[in-house]
Amino acid sequence: MMDARQSVRQPGPVVIDIENITKDYVMGEEIVRALRGVSLQIRRNEYLAVMGPSGSGKSTLMNMLGCLDTPTSGRYEFNGRNVAEMDDDELAAIRNREIGFVFQTFNLLARATSLRNVELPLIYAGMDPETRVERATQALTDVGLGDRIQHKPNELSGGQRQRVAIARALVNDPSIILADEPTGNLDSKTGEEIMVLLEDLYQRGHTIILVTHERDIAAHARRTIHLRDGIIEMDHAGFIPELDAAVAS
Amino acid sequence: MKRFLYELEESWRIAYAQMRSNMTRSILTALGVVIGIVAVTLMGTAIGGIQVGFDKSMAVLGDDVLYVTQWPWKPVDDWWNYRDRKKIQTEYAETINRITAATPNSNLMVAVPTSSLMRSIKYGGNQVENVFTLGTTSDFTVTSTIDCKEGRFFNEIESRSGAQVVVIGYDVADALFPSESPIDKSVLINGHVFKVIGVNARQGTFLGLFSWDSMVAMPLAAFNKYFSLKNELDARGENQGQSDVRVKVKDKTKLAEAKDELTGIMRRVRGLPPEKKEDFSINEQQAFKSTLDPVKNTIAIAGLFITGLSLFVGAIGIMNITFVSVKERTKEIGTRKALGARRRTILLQFLIESTALCLLGGFIGLAVAYFMCFGIGKAFPSFPIQFSFGLVIASMIVSVLTGLISGFAPAWSASRLDPVTALRYE
Repeated sequence: MMDARQSVRQPGPVVIDIENITKDYVMGEEIVRALRGVSLQIRRNEYLAVMGPSGSGKSTLMNMLGCLDTPTSGRYEFNGRNVAEMDDDELAAIRNREIGFVFQTFNLLARATSLRNVELPLIYAGMDPETRVERATQALTDVGLGDRIQHKPNELSGGQRQRVAIARALVNDPSIILADEPTGNLDSKTGEEIMVLLEDLYQRGHTIILVTHERDIAAHARRTIHLRDGIIEMDHAGFIPELDAAVAS
Repeated sequence: MKRFLYELEESWRIAYAQMRSNMTRSILTALGVVIGIVAVTLMGTAIGGIQVGFDKSMAVLGDDVLYVTQWPWKPVDDWWNYRDRKKIQTEYAETINRITAATPNSNLMVAVPTSSLMRSIKYGGNQVENVFTLGTTSDFTVTSTIDCKEGRFFNEIESRSGAQVVVIGYDVADALFPSESPIDKSVLINGHVFKVIGVNARQGTFLGLFSWDSMVAMPLAAFNKYFSLKNELDARGENQGQSDVRVKVKDKTKLAEAKDELTGIMRRVRGLPPEKKEDFSINEQQAFKSTLDPVKNTIAIAGLFITGLSLFVGAIGIMNITFVSVKERTKEIGTRKALGARRRTILLQFLIESTALCLLGGFIGLAVAYFMCFGIGKAFPSFPIQFSFGLVIASMIVSVLTGLISGFAPAWSASRLDPVTALRYE
């Protein structure tokens, strides 16, 4: 395993600037306060892990960061643009151009080839077919699947599927890559390969936000955030095995 | 704009893949639309056929001919006021022609008398009962288009002299002379011998409206010599035969003026003082049309409504399957939204899916309807089937509209899905 702490790249300008955001859900007659005031800055070329037990607000924070949802209160600026006040279509445009999603369950379109899957964000971006195919092929080659572009998901292994998903997340050259438990559905060896790929992307200048509850996975990041009961309990550089183990348990 | 086109292309691709992977389901759902389109299209051809038959029958009347009759061509509530009117005499035609000739700038061209009866007609061993037998003058060809398949209509000399010649309709000719030409053959009408000099071209009948196919025409003088309307009283004492005068108008745009002129002439002929009401009716094709049009339109609307119901049921099937499709693919919708699909993209995707299904159904339905029309046309040649290009376009438009309307509610609900909820859906 590669030692992540050896090579910390210099972070760039602020991409995500969150100040005191809250999120309330109405569940039946109860109001669930999933986030109770979270402030966070993420810079370009950071490799950040978000950790926390279930119910800590981890998923809610990920939805906020991924612009899938808007906060109940607080300020959220993405590259200087106020996300909290955007409507659905503006959010869709931000997700399309600025965020690359990697899901635990891959979320590939079952009937489409790798190429079609990776092309999808480019279609929504309105790119012409030739450039689309060219970029999608390049992205697939970058994740080591240059020879699998015409395969459908059911003809690929789990690890290969997640690579297709990562290629799809990369293809529109987003500001951040948001990976939600990317190894959760993979065996440990394949999972490790995916983590190597993410490390590689980081080294090539991508910004990665990793949402996980696994300490081994979080250990790859250069900065770790612990959430508990809707607030950030701890935010520190690198990964301190003893400390993080204690907090996570 | 360009992006919209790419999204459209992508939507078609998805719709195609979706239909292919759910083949059985798609076919069953499209079947509802197939049945609907077949029903509506067949009804459309039937209505078209009725229209054509109707127009054909109307054309026989001519749109520039006025008919002087005892009874008006419209339903009357006070029939007793008409029953006792004096009969129309064939001699009126001559009087009208004389007055017209003396009138400068008259709007009337020529008046033609007609008398008619039902008679049986015989040739050799063949006999046709209840043939509409018409006595008229050679000017008849001016008021009505007579299209002779063989031979000719009788000329003025034959008309004046009351020659025993006859022009027979297509069906009559067909029944009496199945295997030979009727021209110059002698037929018996009421035991009197008439020579066939012409056969009308086939016109086709519809709804029992006027048709030349089952009638014969002879010079009025001959008609009057052998048949008497006065002897044609039936059991109720009502006259079976009748005489009319038809008057050709010079300029059909001045029909109203011509009608006024003819009314004046007829009042003179009948010797009516100014204070008395007319004891005759002057009719035109239009009056007849306006009586029958509402009936025809009611049939059309009722027919389209009833067949439209079957299309409606098909549309409900499409709506249902699109709802199922949205439900099944909730997670996919979430993924697409996460990747940047906008509301309209998702809306478009499902609208196109439902429209594609309806179009498929529409195409199949149209093909089925076409072959059914073809079959009906072969089996019942007399029924006017009208399968037009306009109908093809119309049914395609109806298919697309059905798809759009029935797909809208499910597509709308899909486009409004919250991405977070959709992504979590299993």
